[in-house]
Amino acid sequence: MRGEASVIDQIKDFASWFFVSGDPLIYGADVAIALTTAAIIFVLSYFGKWGWLWREWLTTVDHKRVGIMYIIAALLMLFRGGVDALMMRTQLVFPDMKFLSPEHYNEVFTTHGVIMILFMAMPLMFGLFNIAVPLQLGARDVAFPFLNSLSFWLFFFGAMLFNMSFVIGGSPNGGWLSYPPLSELTGSPGVGEDFYIWGIQVSGIGSLMTGINFIVTIVKMRAPGMTWSRVPIFTWSVLSSCIAIIVAFPVLTVTLALLFLDRFLGAHFFTMDGGGNAMMYVNLIWMWGHPEVYIVVLPAFGIYSEVVATFSKKRLFGYGSMVFAMLSISIMAYFTWLHHFFTMGSGANVNIFFAISTMIIAIPTGVKIFNWLFTMFRGRISFTTPMMWTLAFIPCFVVGGMTGVMLSVAPADFQFHNSYFLIAHFHQVLIGGVAFGYFAGLYYWWPKMFGFKLNETIGKWAFWIWNIGFYVCFMPQYVVGLDGMTRRINSYGWDTGWWAMNFTSTIGGFLMGIGFLFQVWQIAHSIKFMEKDTTGDPWGARTLEWSIPSPAPLYNFATTPLVTDRDDWWEEKERIAAGKMPKEKPKLEPIHMPKNSPIPFIQSICWFTVGFGLVFHWLWIAIPGFVGIALTLLAHSFNYDTDYYIPVDEIRQTEAKAGRGV
Amino acid sequence: MNITKLMRLPATIGVLASTVLLASGCKSMIVFDPKGPIGSQQRDLINITMLLCLIILVPVLIIAAWIVVRFRDKKGNDAPYQPVWSHNTKLEIIWWSIPIIVILILAIVTAKYTYKLDPAKPIVSDKKAITIQATSLDWKWLFQYPDQGIATVNYLVIPEKTPIKFELTSDGPMNSFWVPQLGGMIYTMSGMATTMYLQADETGNYMGTGANFTGRDFAKMGFTAKTVSQSDFDGWVTESKSGGSALTEEGYQTLAKPGTSDRMTFASIPSGLFERIVHGYSMSRGAPPGYTLKAKTLSGEKALEDSEGGQLPPGNNAQKDSPDVGSFGSGHTYHKLDNHHMYHGK
Amino acid sequence: MAHANNHAFAHEGGHDGHHDLEELRKFGFWIFLITDLILFSTLFATYLVLHENTAGGPDAKEIFELPGVIVETFILLTSSFTSGLAVLAMNAGSQKGLVGWLIVTILLGASFVGMEVTEFLKLIHEGHTIHSSAFLSGFFTLVGTHGLHVSLGICWITALIVQLSRHGITEVTQRKVHITSVYWHFLDAVWIFVFTIVYLMGVM
Repeated sequence: MRGEASVIDQIKDFASWFFVSGDPLIYGADVAIALTTAAIIFVLSYFGKWGWLWREWLTTVDHKRVGIMYIIAALLMLFRGGVDALMMRTQLVFPDMKFLSPEHYNEVFTTHGVIMILFMAMPLMFGLFNIAVPLQLGARDVAFPFLNSLSFWLFFFGAMLFNMSFVIGGSPNGGWLSYPPLSELTGSPGVGEDFYIWGIQVSGIGSLMTGINFIVTIVKMRAPGMTWSRVPIFTWSVLSSCIAIIVAFPVLTVTLALLFLDRFLGAHFFTMDGGGNAMMYVNLIWMWGHPEVYIVVLPAFGIYSEVVATFSKKRLFGYGSMVFAMLSISIMAYFTWLHHFFTMGSGANVNIFFAISTMIIAIPTGVKIFNWLFTMFRGRISFTTPMMWTLAFIPCFVVGGMTGVMLSVAPADFQFHNSYFLIAHFHQVLIGGVAFGYFAGLYYWWPKMFGFKLNETIGKWAFWIWNIGFYVCFMPQYVVGLDGMTRRINSYGWDTGWWAMNFTSTIGGFLMGIGFLFQVWQIAHSIKFMEKDTTGDPWGARTLEWSIPSPAPLYNFATTPLVTDRDDWWEEKERIAAGKMPKEKPKLEPIHMPKNSPIPFIQSICWFTVGFGLVFHWLWIAIPGFVGIALTLLAHSFNYDTDYYIPVDEIRQTEAKAGRGV
Repeated sequence: MNITKLMRLPATIGVLASTVLLASGCKSMIVFDPKGPIGSQQRDLINITMLLCLIILVPVLIIAAWIVVRFRDKKGNDAPYQPVWSHNTKLEIIWWSIPIIVILILAIVTAKYTYKLDPAKPIVSDKKAITIQATSLDWKWLFQYPDQGIATVNYLVIPEKTPIKFELTSDGPMNSFWVPQLGGMIYTMSGMATTMYLQADETGNYMGTGANFTGRDFAKMGFTAKTVSQSDFDGWVTESKSGGSALTEEGYQTLAKPGTSDRMTFASIPSGLFERIVHGYSMSRGAPPGYTLKAKTLSGEKALEDSEGGQLPPGNNAQKDSPDVGSFGSGHTYHKLDNHHMYHGK
Repeated sequence: MAHANNHAFAHEGGHDGHHDLEELRKFGFWIFLITDLILFSTLFATYLVLHENTAGGPDAKEIFELPGVIVETFILLTSSFTSGLAVLAMNAGSQKGLVGWLIVTILLGASFVGMEVTEFLKLIHEGHTIHSSAFLSGFFTLVGTHGLHVSLGICWITALIVQLSRHGITEVTQRKVHITSVYWHFLDAVWIFVFTIVYLMGVM
């Protein structure tokens, strides 16, 4: 007999497992999240911006705005992933630290990995795709603007779902790839793994769509005259990356679905009993996971190529080799997955095959390094922030690549595997390769996005602090790894002798954190003291995106450009400088544009609902979500009114405003 | 501050720091201080690899620094400027071929060493190998000495200069068995027994650890591999057999429950326990009983001569004539973790 | 027919007329099919790895009944043929023929799904469920995914029939018919693999 108190008790019981509790850090985060949300709602209401937000951003299908939203989301996630990293470094600064409990530490390194790769690197990359690719091609938009918007919102709500686990239900804590049997119900009975599955699943579908979208855009939407040998190198890198996306991401979708079936319906794909085979999961997840790292690094290579050519005032050296190297990396990416588990004991022949296929990747990568160097050779190098990041990338990536080759030697890998040596290696190539590249791209295309440059002085400060912090943080990790420190341990003893290296590493980690703060300051400072760029070509660059005003008008190009050269804009400037006539432009015609649509946003909310319901195994939430997805799909299918035309007068006015006569 | 100086900084700092650290650390880093034949060969291989990589790395970094300094955009720089020079077949052939040659050499070295250091390959020795059956549990190691009939938890005692045949499995999530100074690691996986031969040539205490994340107290899975002389080893075996308590089936079930553990010594072990641990999972994959005694490698290759190493693919056709081993009476019970998150009521 | 064709693509010329857009969408759909193919390949690979892991339960020989499966196969092959006929009718400009053949296609598809559901229910009733063994997990997931694809195709073609009755045969609806028929043929090809690998090899 528990009378009327029982309802209260039930609510208390529910709340005690539904909301994550027991850690002051999490309560702090709860408060911060609540305050931020309240502040955003207040600001939007106070300035009456809800309608503007809905019309101009939430329903937009314009690739430039989608790109900006991607970048904002990615920078937020960079902050969160960075805080995770600093929490880990704090826990490891001295032996036997009690800063995080073991469970909490496990959650933190899991979310750090997932967020940095899937919710920071991927969206930042997609943001740069969206900003630059259509403009480089001389196109009005991507091939499927509606799908593009859907991609973004799926990513966004997938990331939100994943981040929610932090305060509701509990974060995943099985490592960033969630190997079973640990990630099965027997090892992880909580909802964390389900958050992992659905957060990644929802955003992964968005990534797959982006891959399809950009392949079609690049293959079909090039301006007239842009033959394959005139396609800008960044666009080539995006194409090679997207080829990898469409082959790798379906594997991820299936793998996560199977793991979910194990957890939800009690299937036996990867369980220890019932005939399940956990090694199958490890194979499958790396069949996606290895191409994934090339997916994120290839566009960075493309950015370096653009930046090096622009700031050396010289054509890119060895264009053909560069393209061939990128495509071969993209294809070789599928034949190296097993090097992530040489220690599974697959037998000598299998290990040799994958060791050699991994080493082969070093060949095209090495060639690219030489080509970048020889682009600078006999050029004139100016040290702007994008160029600084590129120059810092070269030594960093070469050293990281060298340790990568060392890791690829299977019998030696028995000593490196799962140690801090490996951690140092992949951070060196992911930060020194991917993050530096995206920073370079961000600084490089920033004026194209917003019409003003970022402050160079603060940018250089940020650059140096980041770089010094990087080496201080990760070089000691190589040493401590060779001294037997394995990844993912939450503490270690004084007797190990690892503390000095860890202490140094932590200092470096915090330096990088300060570098990030400098970048935030730099953006804020630049917005406040805007150096407006009226030319549309602040860097003296070479490709089509710089031939139009900044920020680009809605329709990008008033008239479709006719391409006659690889560095078309550079050649055009040279012609004009030599006193020749500029290229003749066709006469203005009405421009065909896609209409905005609320469907991507609404449908992604439905996906979020489905994910949330299935995380808790609550079908009463998931099924309405499914119905919502079906209805939005039908609504889109039945809508035949999806486009409109911009009349010629309006184009004239827009161009005149940007200071261009047409 | 002069920008070009700045440009050289990260490159030099990075390279110098890493080489200095690596060079000075070689003495202190345990991977570079091996105490057995396998570890020594792996160290040699690491050195060869590093050397081959440095052959390319060092010149590239020097060239890079020189180019950045020589062609900087400043007044009065008299370096040649050729803005359209973007192709040179001869140069490109050179730097396509350099990495190809280096990788070719490395590939040959790797192939040779992969066969040589196949973990399942017995170590040639005039002494008979000692078998140790290691099981990774949540969150402790159980080491059984089937020939001696004893078992330990979280520590190993091995005689020096004697090959040790480790048979590895897991009764829980996948882990990895690593004693850096004796040689590299191999995964421990439920339902399979992987084989790894190691040997210690000097007496001493060597750090061992679990190297693949298995959950909450994964960090507590360190163990010591104590290497002693043959006579001390025999003495230790005798002492353990007379002094410790017996490991029973029930005792094992208790030990297998998630939690950490101190060092323990058991005077006797249930016969066939290790095979049953493996078999409890493997039979669901359609493997006949007792297959762990005669295993093929995963890749289905012919097992190396007179080794019985490697593992079975799930559901392959192992020998049908091997002796039967019983399985656990009531199947396997899983222990849920205590944590504050919800259960799915399964 | 009042609302046929009332939106603005009367505008002719320009580099980006409607025709190009429809071509783009077709091409995009082919790329999507590649991803779907990889999705099925992954499921096939999983099934092949796990299909002998019966955990002491029944194997393929004991539970599959070929006659029903062969009938299913014929039904689906026929539906593929009729969807081809629908496209031919469309190219000949016959809306009636097009809609008629599409209806036949979805009816055949529905009976295929119906038979599959019956087969699944029978297995479940006999106690062979997704959590009996890894083999059955793989089987239900692979075949079920194909069945879901067919069900989606049925809904899609149904929606398309409604659109055809509203808009008639336009560039847009033509493209939609094309890609649904490509999708349908693709599912047919996948089914041939399912039939061969799961059922035929299972009972051999």
